[in-house]
Amino acid sequence: MISFSPTEEQQMIVSMAKQFANDEIRRIYRQCDENGTIPEGVIDTAWKMGLTSSSIPEAYGGPGGERSAITGSLIAEELAWGDLSITMHALCPALFAYPILEMGTDTQRKKYLPFFCGEKYKAATAALIEPRFGFDPCSLLATARLEGKEYVLNGEKCYVPLAAEADLFLVYAAENGSSQGFIIEEGTKGLQVGEREKNMGIKALATYEITLKNCRIAKEDRLGGEKGCDFSRIMNSSRVALSAMAVGVAKAAMEYSRDYARERVAFGEPVASRQAIAFMLAEMAIEIDATRLMTWEAAWKLDRKDEATKEAALAKAYADDMVLMVTDRAVQILGGHGYVREHPVELWLRNGRGFTTFDGMATV
Amino acid sequence: MIDFEPTQEQKEAIDIAHEFAKELFRPISRHYDEHEHESPQELIDKTWGERNKGTLALGLDVTASLRIEELCWGDAGLFLCVPGPGLGGAAIFASGTKEQLQRFLGSFNEGEPKWGAMAMTEPSCGSDTSAITATATRDGAEWVLNGEKIFVTWGKRAAENPGGLVVVWATVDKSAGRAGMKSFVVPAGTPGMRVEKLEKKLGIRASDTATLIFDNCRIPFENILGSPEIKKVDKSETKGFKGAMATFDATRPIVAAMAIGVGRAALDFVKETLEKEGIKIRYGVPRQKLIALERDMMEMEANYKAAKLLTLRALWMMSQFQPNNLEASMAKAKAGLAVTKITQKAVEIMGPLGYSRKYLLEKWMRDAKINDIFEGTGQINMLIVARRALDFSRDQLK
Repeated sequence: MISFSPTEEQQMIVSMAKQFANDEIRRIYRQCDENGTIPEGVIDTAWKMGLTSSSIPEAYGGPGGERSAITGSLIAEELAWGDLSITMHALCPALFAYPILEMGTDTQRKKYLPFFCGEKYKAATAALIEPRFGFDPCSLLATARLEGKEYVLNGEKCYVPLAAEADLFLVYAAENGSSQGFIIEEGTKGLQVGEREKNMGIKALATYEITLKNCRIAKEDRLGGEKGCDFSRIMNSSRVALSAMAVGVAKAAMEYSRDYARERVAFGEPVASRQAIAFMLAEMAIEIDATRLMTWEAAWKLDRKDEATKEAALAKAYADDMVLMVTDRAVQILGGHGYVREHPVELWLRNGRGFTTFDGMATV
Repeated sequence: MIDFEPTQEQKEAIDIAHEFAKELFRPISRHYDEHEHESPQELIDKTWGERNKGTLALGLDVTASLRIEELCWGDAGLFLCVPGPGLGGAAIFASGTKEQLQRFLGSFNEGEPKWGAMAMTEPSCGSDTSAITATATRDGAEWVLNGEKIFVTWGKRAAENPGGLVVVWATVDKSAGRAGMKSFVVPAGTPGMRVEKLEKKLGIRASDTATLIFDNCRIPFENILGSPEIKKVDKSETKGFKGAMATFDATRPIVAAMAIGVGRAALDFVKETLEKEGIKIRYGVPRQKLIALERDMMEMEANYKAAKLLTLRALWMMSQFQPNNLEASMAKAKAGLAVTKITQKAVEIMGPLGYSRKYLLEKWMRDAKINDIFEGTGQINMLIVARRALDFSRDQLK
């Protein structure tokens, strides 16, 4: 039956995530963006909340909670409202763990999932994006070639979060033209982590270029083994996660500019009393809600294991436009004050612009 | 639990409504567009019967909105000919007593087709409904109504067909401002109420949009909806006005559902054409690789979806007895504008086929536009959303 009400359990998780975002993330996010670092403490706290481990079955040492893209979206929105860099850092291990959980072979699940059920944050990551014009996840330039009992990987990747500290990599490469995932452990010969990247936004998140030069892994280390992976589902999970995060970032920007417009007086009354400002805020509010509902619908499709490409792609494209529109307007509403770094709206605009680029950097 | 799956019952309702839209509405669509003010008698009789059987029940809920989307996919103008209590009924639901509900609507479905209308707009006031000048004067056991109402959807049918009713907004005390504004039920055929003219319109031409004149029109005292008392606390007091606004919370998402139906008609037409031409929309392909047509189609589809989900949410909230004033206005503002743009873009994409009256697309573009205007223009709904988002009063945000 059509319904827009999260379950009681989801409401509990959301309020926990909200509180964490408000009390812990918001306290430090500005400094993190300026310094380019995230203190371990906040990541450990997030880890202990079980954000990554909660849906790992008991057999692998996890609590065995229900896996749900809707729940994941709800959490991602709240955390991203706090800060996008910190959210992506905290959820980064899922980029490796979730595809293994959903599509890995028994051996892969047994070998890797227990790492994500420990007390300490386990740095693991995925590499999808490539540093070139016309990047397309479905036609990757990085290649994987089967040679006897080994895969040989070659290519370049960028925007690989936490590559310098990660023990485990899930690298996506083209095998006979189709995108597949390959598990590469840190230290494998031929895997080189480059310099940390400098980006316009998500400055607190450490991302790297990596290079694969005749990097050899066992045949069994292909995600899903013989069967391979459902790459479009991986992409759709990413689209849903990013759409939810875009809603969170936009909500932060909308709330801040709304509060500012209520307080800031010009010509004898708050600027929000003018329709030029008020209508911008109204449209921001409408589009944020619309994007959230579209994200939920796509997540719902994922949870039902239905083909979700259309819904997820539409939601993501809509979210990309929405978050740019909202964060840009937030800067505009604050005017000159929006342009200076004393206010956070410029940060949200920088982060907001990135969503069109962030494919594969988040998952639910 | 967040869920987007219609119930089995709703799926059947959608199928049945779609069948009617396809078989009963579409074939006569063009005729009634070109023969404005002609009455589609067969459609009226047929839908009246189905409605009373329940197969086309049109209340103010999620199921009704799903039906309405289908029927307006068929033809929005003809949908506005379907008999029923309509906006008049919605007003009675929103602010009538139980006794009034029974008296006015209890046997509405019996006998010959009947219509209910709501008369609010006047020649000198549209969106600013608090500026109404029509008067209601108490005379013993009666109210005497005087004034002119324009743009009354279903106006002629409701005012002239036996058993129909018109809910009229009038002031009982001009000095009381909004608090003095009340609504009154005028049964069809009441002496003193007459149809002055029917509008000629850009679209939804099958729908009768009437000017009604009230000239010493007398109705029983009990026909006032809500309390007859005026609370003169403050000029900005909105007690009497609340009835009208509560009505809008229910009817705006319904109008949004109508809009969505028209938008989908246009979208489906373009999609079918592209399919015949062998053009595939590639979802999930990076934007820089898409052709402009694919981008346009995706934007139209996403906007359709956005409007539909906002609409379903607003109606779902009403069914949960949650206040939905903000969400109703969000849905209406989004849907009205979205389908206006979708249909206009569709005409562009289809080129000579879109502009030609040989096909229905140009009609849908004309029909769609009304959704951005009636039941509160897009701008009025944006104003409401803004006030809600800012927690500003009418005085703080004019």
